Amino acid sequence: MAEEQKITIRKQKIVKDHTKLKMIVFGALAVGVVLMAAFAPYLVPCDPYEQDLGSALLPPGGAHLLGTDRYGRDMLSRVIMGSQSTIFSALLLVVIITVIGSAVGIFCGYHGGKLDSFLMRVSDIFLAFPGMVFAIAVASVMSGGILNAVVALACISWPKYARIARSQVMTIKSMPYMAAAKLSGSGTWKMILKHIVPNIAGPVVVTAVLDIGTMIMEIAGLSFLGLGATPPTAEWGSMMSNGRSMLQTSPWVILAPGAAIFLTVMIFNLAGDTVRDLLDPRQKGR
Amino acid sequence: MKKYITRRLLQLIPILFGITLLSFLLMNTGTADVIDVMENNTGGALSEEEKDALRAELGLDKPILQQYVIWLGKTIRGDMGESFVSGQPVFATFVSKLPATIYLTITSILLTVLLSIPLGILSAVKQNRITDYIIRFFSFIGNSLPNFFVSLLLIYVFSLKLSLLPVMGNNAGWKSVILPTLTLALSMASKYTRQVRATVLEELNKDYVQGARARGVGEKRILYFSVLRASMLTIVTLLALSIGSLLGGTAIVESIFMWDGVGKMVVDAITMRDYPVIQVYVIWMAIIYVGVNLVTDIIYHYLDPRIRLGEEDA
Repeated sequence: MAEEQKITIRKQKIVKDHTKLKMIVFGALAVGVVLMAAFAPYLVPCDPYEQDLGSALLPPGGAHLLGTDRYGRDMLSRVIMGSQSTIFSALLLVVIITVIGSAVGIFCGYHGGKLDSFLMRVSDIFLAFPGMVFAIAVASVMSGGILNAVVALACISWPKYARIARSQVMTIKSMPYMAAAKLSGSGTWKMILKHIVPNIAGPVVVTAVLDIGTMIMEIAGLSFLGLGATPPTAEWGSMMSNGRSMLQTSPWVILAPGAAIFLTVMIFNLAGDTVRDLLDPRQKGR
Repeated sequence: MKKYITRRLLQLIPILFGITLLSFLLMNTGTADVIDVMENNTGGALSEEEKDALRAELGLDKPILQQYVIWLGKTIRGDMGESFVSGQPVFATFVSKLPATIYLTITSILLTVLLSIPLGILSAVKQNRITDYIIRFFSFIGNSLPNFFVSLLLIYVFSLKLSLLPVMGNNAGWKSVILPTLTLALSMASKYTRQVRATVLEELNKDYVQGARARGVGEKRILYFSVLRASMLTIVTLLALSIGSLLGGTAIVESIFMWDGVGKMVVDAITMRDYPVIQVYVIWMAIIYVGVNLVTDIIYHYLDPRIRLGEEDA
């Protein structure tokens, strides 16, 4: 009887780097979603605001691919139209907080001093407070509207960027090239625009791209509470909130905008993770 | 130690002043006050004189800063006033809502820890294998689902289709806590699984792990005694942040499930412009903020004695 031989083979796994391919695919998807939002009015099969009580709450299928809501409005058209308000307000919000947050952070990191410690205490308080409650307070004081929701979320979200920009500025401030730039007579503005901003842009951009998905969820959340977009505007959060009472009888009224939020957020998160892998390879696979 | 704790608690005082003043000013920047909102809601037509009389009764006719000073004086003497809407003492109202929020905080944090720590470790140990991919896939999905959508899905499946659990409220015993807990834990656990995985991976690549392996220490022992202990710092920081914000009440989830906690209380108070209630909440948040930070720092010190207490100002 031949003795059974155990052979262990160790395979060296070569992990292929798919980051570039991923970036192309997810980037294209993200751009596709934004384009869909931009051209929403031309893509809708029906008028998203036209009411037809005769065909209210029709289940998905037939003439209405995703069914109709309680006023007989076509869900598919409303979901496509809703992408516009939700996605563009999220993008606007991310741009606002990135610019304001990094401006405060750069200023604090570059100048230091009393104003710096004051602004950092303020940002501490903002970071400590449950963001949503604060946003609800701001949005409700300003009495709704999707732009006000953007302002409310901007109020609570800038400190994160200020923190990141500030710590980045602190690290590069002591670099020799900064001293060299200063010695060669660069003024404050030149220092900031030419030497600081390009060098801290990486981490800030990564955070911003990763935040798009979160912001979509938060804007939809405020609208869900009735503090963002107001009816009849097609917006995913408020569409879900309006459909709540029909959850039992016609769940598609909730599922369609919910799935739209989920897919969009997922696409932006995937794109964000890939951007991070590209710009900050140390974090890869984390 | 005692001195350190006292010093940290003293920091609470300026924070309390700042934050209550801020919220007072914020709530007064709006155009409508509690009287307008109440009139709108009841649909009753009050004349301007009647409204002004009501305002005078509540002290709303005075300048904002004077209102704040009056409120502050009363609060320092231990009287936080009555709700504009219900007329009940706000402190008692707040205390009656607190247990529900604490209950939900405990259950959802427990479930989060039970899910995310084992899954995160498993995912890190099996890096780039099928188990890792599956766990990462689900945590990714969890990260992309807004919690109001998750809660509606859960209500649809478990309450409406299967009729297993109550739709809302917190008066059906243990059954009513399941859905809100699941909603909160799903989103937190997806976030933390990723973090735990990243931290454990980072630790596993450190020299001491290799050293231990070279000395023949078992893989399990390394994982549970060294790596996990070293990863605790990150995990504790995350948990502390979450506990802090959960104790503040989860506005959306509490509202959807009609969970009668402080989050729902403050959202209702904000929409009614009921300042005294909002102020109690704000004070509570400031206390949580300082308290959670203090406890975290003390835990840090025990987990990693190299971190000395009282050096965070340096």
